Amino acid sequence: MTKKTRTIKVDYLARVEGEGALYIKIKDDVVQDVKLKIFEPPRFFEAFLQGRDFREAPDITARICGICPVAYQMSAIHAMENALGIQLEGPLREIRRLMYCGEWIESHVLHIYMLHAPDFLGYEDAVRMAKDHKEIVERGLQLKKIGNEIVSLVGGREIHPINARVGGFYKVFAKTEFDGLKERLKWARDAALETVRWTAQLPFPEFEQDYEFVALRHPEEYPFNEGRLVSNRGLDIAVADYENHFVEEHVEHSNALHSVLKERDSYFVGPMARYNLNFERLSPLAQEAALESGLGRECNNPFKSIVVRSVEVLYACDEALRILESYEKPDRPHIDLEPRESVGYSCTEAPRGILYHRYSIDAQGRILNARIVPPTSQNQKTIENDLWKFVPKFLDLPEEKLTWQCEQAIRNYDPCISCATHFLKLDLERV
Amino acid sequence: MNASPVLVIGLGNRFRRDDFAGIEAVRRLNENDAPGLKRLELSGEGTSLMDAWEGHDRVILIDAVNSSAPAGTFRRLNVGKDPVPANYFSCSTHNFGVAEAIELSRSLDRLPDQIEVYGIEGKDFNPGEGLSPEVEEAVKRVVEEIQERIRSL
Repeated sequence: MTKKTRTIKVDYLARVEGEGALYIKIKDDVVQDVKLKIFEPPRFFEAFLQGRDFREAPDITARICGICPVAYQMSAIHAMENALGIQLEGPLREIRRLMYCGEWIESHVLHIYMLHAPDFLGYEDAVRMAKDHKEIVERGLQLKKIGNEIVSLVGGREIHPINARVGGFYKVFAKTEFDGLKERLKWARDAALETVRWTAQLPFPEFEQDYEFVALRHPEEYPFNEGRLVSNRGLDIAVADYENHFVEEHVEHSNALHSVLKERDSYFVGPMARYNLNFERLSPLAQEAALESGLGRECNNPFKSIVVRSVEVLYACDEALRILESYEKPDRPHIDLEPRESVGYSCTEAPRGILYHRYSIDAQGRILNARIVPPTSQNQKTIENDLWKFVPKFLDLPEEKLTWQCEQAIRNYDPCISCATHFLKLDLERV
Repeated sequence: MNASPVLVIGLGNRFRRDDFAGIEAVRRLNENDAPGLKRLELSGEGTSLMDAWEGHDRVILIDAVNSSAPAGTFRRLNVGKDPVPANYFSCSTHNFGVAEAIELSRSLDRLPDQIEVYGIEGKDFNPGEGLSPEVEEAVKRVVEEIQERIRSL
């Protein structure tokens, strides 16, 4: 048998948010190299924030990502409030959870229906899938629209919400202003339940892995904005200790940094991590739907992340309804804050996983320095690890199919490369 | 002629230099340009675009593109009639972007009756603020052309 080296090349990675690059080298049917290359605009934003007023951070960082602006706003706001020693309670806190519900619905539904489902059903993209599955695609679009509606109503503007601010909101709403939304959310909850059932019966490759999952955990709630950072291997720390436990390693092939746990190594953030670490904090309806679908209380197959995302969409609809049922208009839209020399830390659960912000501000409220770690750069090493293990199982496949499988394996993580880069170019090569 | 109002949508990201061209252009239009003119700024995520143009018969999109044409050139595409050229919007930060939104709407019979896209060729999409001079000039010309077109509609 002749020895052969092959390098599989694809020009760009389709159906991830943005573009990036993957390079895989295979020699004699053994994987020699896996490189996921991404770049990192948060570095630019960190520099750009220096010297700005602390109140500007939420609006500026919201522009890092078109898909998860709420997450960036929330992490920035909570970090500033942490610096100034305040914590919101009552309806203002609830409205923030509501905004996050909207963002999870938007982001997850986009990924489930438009980006990930075509992989499982064998379509090149959602446009082709829609020709055969019109009703399913329409359901996805309608469901996503409810998420948009929440974010644009509460956030003030659909893509880059501007209503949220350090200390609260610019404007708050009377209970009756949510009446229409409440009715539509009831439809959305049913559609989300259908989504769980639909995704659960998709064909999944066998690919159970042993991961360290990291997510926020709150005493009572499924996590959005608050909690301790925990893992299934014993991590249990306050958010302010993040940088004592996680470190970013420079990787030669990528402008991005690989984030690892100092004590161990790579880790996994996002819907599967939240689900595995917080199952019992999901609403009864979401728990029931998950178990009924056969997902189980734990999920270690990243291909099933599409089902986990669906369960989180169901939870977000359910939670949004709960918030609206008990909502009372807050007495005042925000608390006024006086800056002081301080450092603030925050982690919130962006759709794709924990988003860490740290700011130092001076006595006038000017930002001295900023640190932002997006979820995708935290998952990057785990994605590469998956590919090291996944590719050898499919070496018999023709070029095109193997490439597709690899892209699908990356899409399991819904990598928001736009947070981490502008262009993601996929070079999957066999030489 | 009593036409339905025109919706003009600018797409892009302020912190991606020339990617901001579409939004800059839409900001320079105003209500005096045409009765009932509506303006909107979006990031370019496809399904939000579909929501935005729902119920509108006449839509103009303005976006920065990276199609290896000279920087500052622009093209007007009648996408209501012709399919979007492959990879024309490849610089979109999102993979379910403008082209996908148009083609999915077409296959679901949801495309506005009249929909056009202005693609402005960018040069620099790196993180940062400010348009390249060529793109700045193109924005000016695109705005003038749109003003003329919507007045004559």
